[in-house]
Amino acid sequence: MTFWNLFGGGDGARLQLMLDQYEQEQGGSDALQAATFAWGNPYYTKVSLATLGDKPPDVAVAHATRATNLARAGLLTEITEDVLASVGLSSTDFTPKVWESTVLDGKAYAIPLDTHPFVLFYNKTVCRDAGLLDADDELVPIQGTEQWEAALAAAKEVTGAYGASVATVSETATPWRFFQTLYSQRNGSTPFLSDGGTELTFDEALVADTLAYLQGLTGSGLMPQATDYAGSQTLMFTGQSAFYLQGEWEITTAQSVEGLEFGMVPVPTLFDQPACQADSHAFVLPTMERSPDQLERAMGFVKSMLDQSLAWAEGGHVPAYLPALRSPEYAAMEPQSDYAEAADYAVYDAPAWYSGSGSNFENIVGAQIGLVMQGIASPEEAIASMRSQLGTYARTADPLS
Amino acid sequence: MSAPTITQPGVAASQPLRKDRMRAGDTKPAWLFIAPFALFYVLFLIWPTIYMVVASFFNTSIVQEGFGSFAGFGNYQEMLTRPEFWSAMWHTLQFTIYTTPPLVVLAFLFAILANRVRRGQALFRLAFFVPFILPSAAIALIWNFIYTPASGLLAVVQGWFGVEAPSPVLGTPSIAMVGIAVTTVWWTIGFNFILYLAGLQDIPRELYEAAALDGATPWQQIRWITIPMLSRTTTLVVLLQIIASLKIFDQVYLMTGGGPGIATEVALGLITTSAFTDFRVGAASAASVLLFIVIVIIAVLRQLIDRAQERRA
Repeated sequence: MTFWNLFGGGDGARLQLMLDQYEQEQGGSDALQAATFAWGNPYYTKVSLATLGDKPPDVAVAHATRATNLARAGLLTEITEDVLASVGLSSTDFTPKVWESTVLDGKAYAIPLDTHPFVLFYNKTVCRDAGLLDADDELVPIQGTEQWEAALAAAKEVTGAYGASVATVSETATPWRFFQTLYSQRNGSTPFLSDGGTELTFDEALVADTLAYLQGLTGSGLMPQATDYAGSQTLMFTGQSAFYLQGEWEITTAQSVEGLEFGMVPVPTLFDQPACQADSHAFVLPTMERSPDQLERAMGFVKSMLDQSLAWAEGGHVPAYLPALRSPEYAAMEPQSDYAEAADYAVYDAPAWYSGSGSNFENIVGAQIGLVMQGIASPEEAIASMRSQLGTYARTADPLS
Repeated sequence: MSAPTITQPGVAASQPLRKDRMRAGDTKPAWLFIAPFALFYVLFLIWPTIYMVVASFFNTSIVQEGFGSFAGFGNYQEMLTRPEFWSAMWHTLQFTIYTTPPLVVLAFLFAILANRVRRGQALFRLAFFVPFILPSAAIALIWNFIYTPASGLLAVVQGWFGVEAPSPVLGTPSIAMVGIAVTTVWWTIGFNFILYLAGLQDIPRELYEAAALDGATPWQQIRWITIPMLSRTTTLVVLLQIIASLKIFDQVYLMTGGGPGIATEVALGLITTSAFTDFRVGAASAASVLLFIVIVIIAVLRQLIDRAQERRA
């Protein structure tokens, strides 16, 4: 049984515990060979080439937004109800929204594990001093840009450095997630891409305005202009900023910081409606000649992982497996259950052969957003660059069909 | 037996015995000796090159059977009109311009210095050469740490000199390539250094002794003995360095992934992404053919300049 994934950091450590559990069930460490590869395009390139070269793993992890492209390229085995039933599962065991995201032309190609929304972390010590917590020591809900900026300003007073931090340097995914969260909160925001990526359909005025807003937050010193992924965390962990925005998976890193009191909530609704950028991790079965035995073993592994959904949820992810999501144990998990609602208004990246988590689309758009937040590019320059680069992809014949 | 025996009939005629032996019995074993190499050469170099040229005229996709639909010059047109392609070609050239002069000049300087050291020469040789044996992944980790914004080694040192909030090297489009070039100079200087050191040790000592007797200063000795005597080494080093720099891929892929934006995306990065991430082998082949043409032009230009210099000399 071979299994490939792209989980680093806290996710990687959490996964290892689940894999150990599986090995124990199977009676020995010979039962499983798991390999972790570099996140994003390098991982999907590897999975694609291995499948084309007829040496794929039995099971691999894929983002929901990437799995559909792998399926269109003919690289995935269909997940039929029969296949699910062989380990006592059914498509109704999963959050409908997540399940739907893995379906292509009425056929499912992935078994979802979770939803991972972009959320707001807050340092309780700093927020308490800034008067941002209620009597229960929870963050007082923030609504609208005015309250948001006031909260950041109050926090900045306490920290002496920043109000909130988000990665802008050497990162494309994070700036995109932050931007997409705020852009999707606005009335009239249209999907970035349509018609399978052949049309660029973002609302230019709204994008420009949202970018200008982000630039204002960093330009005024409420947020840092230049900080990388690790740096943005360190700022919040060490009390130099009150808030930190990132995917919920960083909960593991935050928990490992000694003496840090923190909480997590959905990203506040700064504009018209609640929304947050998200994706889902799912299991896929790469195309290969499988004996019924091999298929059963692969599905047995997937089932074992799903059964450990609560362990996975400890790492921050919102389970997609309903028995876990609806369990009282999950409801009792703090701060996991505080932001679980974010999965309900999760916004996935627009489908296109070049889009999805860690894709060319995110790289192109995220890089420009990062430059805007660093104050190096103006919103207009960033939009022109996005248009020109995305235009090449939009005009290119889809290599998957 | 020397090469002219086979290629120059005039010379061969004067050595009929050898030539006959070549023809009668020796060619078969010769071919056998060549065969293992030739097989790999054809399989992994000649055939892929032919495949590349053919695929560049088709909408070849790695996930579809065969070459796909005929595209004519469509792929070439796309690449030649695509700003990212030109920017990637420029970045490759930019990297070559940034790295070749320091890697030649500094390697030469360090080799002369190391050659003059009387004690502990082995240590200096080792110190300059050791980075070269490290894999690119290790190099990328080391330098990513050095360049880490705010908390990295460079930022700390800049802090001592009162530079507050220095621009992150790999995060600023205008200097990211400089950062990669500095990394590369540190990493690969050992190779050129060793070539120069070997060249230096081939220069007869008598020349220096004679020059010293005639009253030549150390600088004059370097200028009129060392540099001319090393001209062949320099020719080799420059050619190898230009080719190596044009093949830049690892450091960029590992350190910036072509970013920020596409500020450090190089030709091979664009080709790899097009072929294996976007699955567009046809478009990637067209870009490869264009890069191939550029490298051939540069190699020919250098050859011509060399010949002109030799004629003058």
